Amino acid sequence: MPEMTYRDALNLALKEEMRRDPSIVVWGEDVALYEGSFKVSRGLLAEFGEERVLDTPISENTIIGVAVGAAMGGLRPVAELMTVNFALLAMDQIIDHMTKIRYMFGGQVNLPMVIRAPGGGGSQLAAQHSQSLETYFMHAPGMRVAYPATPADAKGLLKTAIRDNNPVMFLEHELLYNSKGEVPDDPESLVPFGKCDVKRSGTDITIVAYARMTILALQAAEELAKENISCEVVDLRTLAPLDAETFVASVKKTGRAVVVEECWKTCGLGGEIATRIYDGCFDSLRAPVRRVSGLDVPMPYSRKLEKLCIPQVADIVAVVKETMAAKY
Amino acid sequence: MKETSLRAILPDHELVRMYEQMVLCREFEESCAEQYTKGHITGFLHLYSGQEAVAVGSTHALHKDDYILSAYREHAQAIVRGAEPRRVMAELFGKATGICKGKGGSMHLFAPELAFMGGYAIVGGQFPIAVGLAFASKFRKEGRIAACFFGDGAVNQGTFHESLNWARLWELPVLFVCENNAYGIGTSVERSSALADIHKRTCGYDIPSVRVDGMDVMAVHAAVKWGAEWVREQNRPYLIEALTYRFRGHSMADPGKYRSAAEVELWKARDPLPAFAIRLIEEGIVTQAELGAIKQESIAIVQEAVTFAEESPWPEDGSVWEDIYA
Repeated sequence: MPEMTYRDALNLALKEEMRRDPSIVVWGEDVALYEGSFKVSRGLLAEFGEERVLDTPISENTIIGVAVGAAMGGLRPVAELMTVNFALLAMDQIIDHMTKIRYMFGGQVNLPMVIRAPGGGGSQLAAQHSQSLETYFMHAPGMRVAYPATPADAKGLLKTAIRDNNPVMFLEHELLYNSKGEVPDDPESLVPFGKCDVKRSGTDITIVAYARMTILALQAAEELAKENISCEVVDLRTLAPLDAETFVASVKKTGRAVVVEECWKTCGLGGEIATRIYDGCFDSLRAPVRRVSGLDVPMPYSRKLEKLCIPQVADIVAVVKETMAAKY
Repeated sequence: MKETSLRAILPDHELVRMYEQMVLCREFEESCAEQYTKGHITGFLHLYSGQEAVAVGSTHALHKDDYILSAYREHAQAIVRGAEPRRVMAELFGKATGICKGKGGSMHLFAPELAFMGGYAIVGGQFPIAVGLAFASKFRKEGRIAACFFGDGAVNQGTFHESLNWARLWELPVLFVCENNAYGIGTSVERSSALADIHKRTCGYDIPSVRVDGMDVMAVHAAVKWGAEWVREQNRPYLIEALTYRFRGHSMADPGKYRSAAEVELWKARDPLPAFAIRLIEEGIVTQAELGAIKQESIAIVQEAVTFAEESPWPEDGSVWEDIYA
């Protein structure tokens, strides 16, 4: 398998799918001529032309709404939001329209569309450009939410997202774009939605994570292995549908769980995962489920302060050790 | 100036059909009010009485496969486009036989087979969706335009301005039709818009526009006919502002204290139904007796719709989980 970056894997997924299906169109702010703020759409305009790859005005709500209409009209739009932070300007079209239309119209129409949105913190971009809004989307019934951790998953999940007949919020972590990994070159190699990936097997404790937090969890597991703590790292891959079956099975085996989430702790993903674990295998637990979360503060600019707000490998290591040491 | 003869514009049967539909819509809405009072229709209910000339005049000027989108006062738009009154009524009753299986209700009618692409209840929500449908039509070379209906209140939403800009920028076939009924709930156009001449708002986007008497079905028809063909040929947006009036409140919950009885009476004197009936009679297209028969027929259709809705089953509990995902 060829090695490539998360960015190039996404780019390849777009190209392969656009070659396969002429009804796929791509638009967003600076995606065509400028080739994307993060260069994920590099080369698309050159290969597919201005009929299928279009720059838009800075009108986020309408970027999504036009995609909703185009999907209704028989196309498969892939709309890029320059960053997930700007999704807040588009929440009316995302939540009130995109996720509701199929249901409130009695299932008479499908919306096969994807919203790509880079996000996450860690680049000293301060409060308005560093948010992790994943729970905002998984909270609303009617859409899928994917958030890959590796280049292989990035490619396989984006291809699945594009082929899905439901709206998909496809989140990408800005700090992962340059990360490298092996990626299947078979254009029919897809990663299914609703299937966690056990990225590392272990026996003592389960770490449930997603996106960049998965990478940090794997690094923490490596350190903990040196102290004879065997961690199983479960990568959610899609937040909706949420594959509780896989992480509950893992916790049944290990008896302990830590959830790592980049989002704010309050009403975060970790609370949901913990509850699913309690619902699914309370009797197997040998310690309470713990969360390693983003701090409940607006993201500060200073890199010294910012670091405090985002889970770090050392934080995961510490909470895993505390969980292992807990006596009940 | 002598008015153009109706017969020079449309054949008799279509003129009669237009009148029949205006009467049907009026009877349907008045029946809805009654069913709401009886508690058979619940939730929000926004009635169209007074505005019939807009839906009927427009729909007859569009191609059958042109997309129509509207807001939440859209029963008439759906019915004129061809939705069965009984299935619309059943939807309002929340029954399984409703046009959206009872999941949408009054504000969310939808009939894709008729290119009726929905009633939307967030003010201004339908603008970008109409632009997207127009994009799909142009991309697929279908030759259909998107006719996007909205109220005067919607022009102060960001989506209005974003969508006008976008439709012009991408050269998309969208016909924007503002049904200016003078009030956004209880706030008049003058009290909400810096420029009350809504059609002039398109200047900033290089989109031509026209204002038309929305109480005159043939004036609406003429404007939409011209506008729709221009949009189709030019692949560019156009806007029509139809001045109209709702005889009832914003919704059934509206006591209407923001407007005077005299004002309402003034507009009721311009009721589009009798105005059109008089022209049809004057030109010998229908007789007084035929008008009476049309009304009786409409009442019968609506009564049958109510009976159908009453007798229809409620949705199965299990259906609550259906239709979320494809």
